[in-house]
Amino acid sequence: MTTTSETSTRIRSRWAPYVTTVRYLVLFALVCVFLIPVYVLLVTAMKDPAQVSPSRMWNLPDSFSVDTFGEVWPTLEPGFRNSVLMALPASIISSLLGAANGFVLAKWRFPGADVVFPLILFGMFIPYQAILIPMRELLTDWNMVGGLSGLILVHIIYGLPITTLIFRSYFVTISDELIDSAQVDGAGMIRTLVFVALPIALPAFAVAVIWQFTSAWNDFLFGLVLTSTDSWPVTVALNNIAGGQVVPFHEAMAAALLASIPTLLVYVLMGRFFMRGLMAGALKG
Amino acid sequence: MLRIRKWGPAALLVAPSLVAIGVFVYGFLGWNLRVSLSDWRGLRATYDFAGLDNYRRLAGDTRFIDGVQNVVVFTVVFVAGTLIFGFLLALLLERGIRGEAFFRTVFLFPMAISFIATAIIWRWLMSNASGAQETGLNKLFDSVGLGFLANDWFKADSYWAVASVAIAAGWALVGYIMALFLAGMRGVSDDLREAARVDGASEAKAFWHVIRPMLLPVVMSAIVILAHISLKTFDLIYAMDAKSRKIETPALYMWFTTFEGLNFSIGAAIATLLVLGIALVIVPYIWYSVRSERRR
Repeated sequence: MTTTSETSTRIRSRWAPYVTTVRYLVLFALVCVFLIPVYVLLVTAMKDPAQVSPSRMWNLPDSFSVDTFGEVWPTLEPGFRNSVLMALPASIISSLLGAANGFVLAKWRFPGADVVFPLILFGMFIPYQAILIPMRELLTDWNMVGGLSGLILVHIIYGLPITTLIFRSYFVTISDELIDSAQVDGAGMIRTLVFVALPIALPAFAVAVIWQFTSAWNDFLFGLVLTSTDSWPVTVALNNIAGGQVVPFHEAMAAALLASIPTLLVYVLMGRFFMRGLMAGALKG
Repeated sequence: MLRIRKWGPAALLVAPSLVAIGVFVYGFLGWNLRVSLSDWRGLRATYDFAGLDNYRRLAGDTRFIDGVQNVVVFTVVFVAGTLIFGFLLALLLERGIRGEAFFRTVFLFPMAISFIATAIIWRWLMSNASGAQETGLNKLFDSVGLGFLANDWFKADSYWAVASVAIAAGWALVGYIMALFLAGMRGVSDDLREAARVDGASEAKAFWHVIRPMLLPVVMSAIVILAHISLKTFDLIYAMDAKSRKIETPALYMWFTTFEGLNFSIGAAIATLLVLGIALVIVPYIWYSVRSERRR
């Protein structure tokens, strides 16, 4: 036994540098393949529109130009604005409600909480096709179809499962003593939540808001069903600009890039929180 | 009285959310089921009971059956491909590598962009235009001498057309699966691994006997998450080629038959079948997650 272990150690140390090199080479190759779409996107969107033709897709531009962005921005801009107006309130309100739910489910477990929580979670996985018809019927009755209000409402509600989950996972890790001591001091439930729990839950708040903002921004189906031309979110506007077969493809690429900038910025600047949202989405909070 | 004072504020705090989810999730699911059992065609809602007529009709509807076949092909390619590549990436990154943050950021960034943007890029990459119009990956293959790889992608006249869409979907999700695997692998404490090594296990053996068994739950969650995404994905396929029956899945057929064909009851029946399919994988998963958390 000793000999085999010694041999394997020796072999490992002799081959280790090569293994590391191969590992880097493979990773580098995979990164290159993975970034092919990004290369095409950037190269095409930044070409002088006069130089663009599908057959020259892979060529680097002779001269850089931002003209294409200027061409598509006016058609994309209303959708972009709508998405900002929709995704910000939707993500913030959904996160606030999620904070309250998560706090109660983690620390103030009312009778039946164990049944309620999985029922809430299920809402995160349902195929939205199965609620589209009733959703449109009810929101038409409430006069909330064709503008942004209906879209904001559904993003708040269908965001509740994930925001609740994020905050519940967070509050579970907070010690009970902290909550109890607030109670001993005479603070009620609401005051404990606002003055004790929420201030320490800022990281969870960041995770929830970022997650919700990204999913609301990237949603297409709800936008398609609940809005009209003036209130299209950016995804629907983007699909209309870039969806037809006659659209010059450099415009399609430039529009796709512009429409992705906010969520990409959030991702690059706050990647850590984004990651945690992803893990929570897999019920691995 | 004491009970009310104790639970009252808590109940009040969660009540709005619970009512909202009660109505918008469970109420709507029930409402949709009712539509699927009705004869509602056209713009005006009618709820006359039609039994299982709509489901029977779907059983003989070739468009629906083709859609089911498409979603099966899509799911198999998407789930298997994403799992394999996600695992491979995690394996390459697992033993602390310089620039790990960079690699992770690269492989995960598609999670931040919409399926619409993803579809737009990939639609052009997987163009099947030929001759002077040739572009995208086919053009790339030709110019590096791999012309035999050029194909019709999602326009192909075979049931593999939808596999092209699965490639784009896999590109978008592979980083997520990589992250899940990484979290799982790192969950195995270094102590445990060190113990295995001290006992004389080689690196490969330590992986096989210590890390692999712990990864089974990760594989299960990855499969559940990917499979449920593939059943409900709409925007990716819609933006890729909305009019093509070759890549149409029930999730899209539902939308077309409901909001373009005004066959509300048929659309509701398709949606109900989607819920059943997804519940089949998701309900055991939630039950298992909540239960194993309680045991901890």
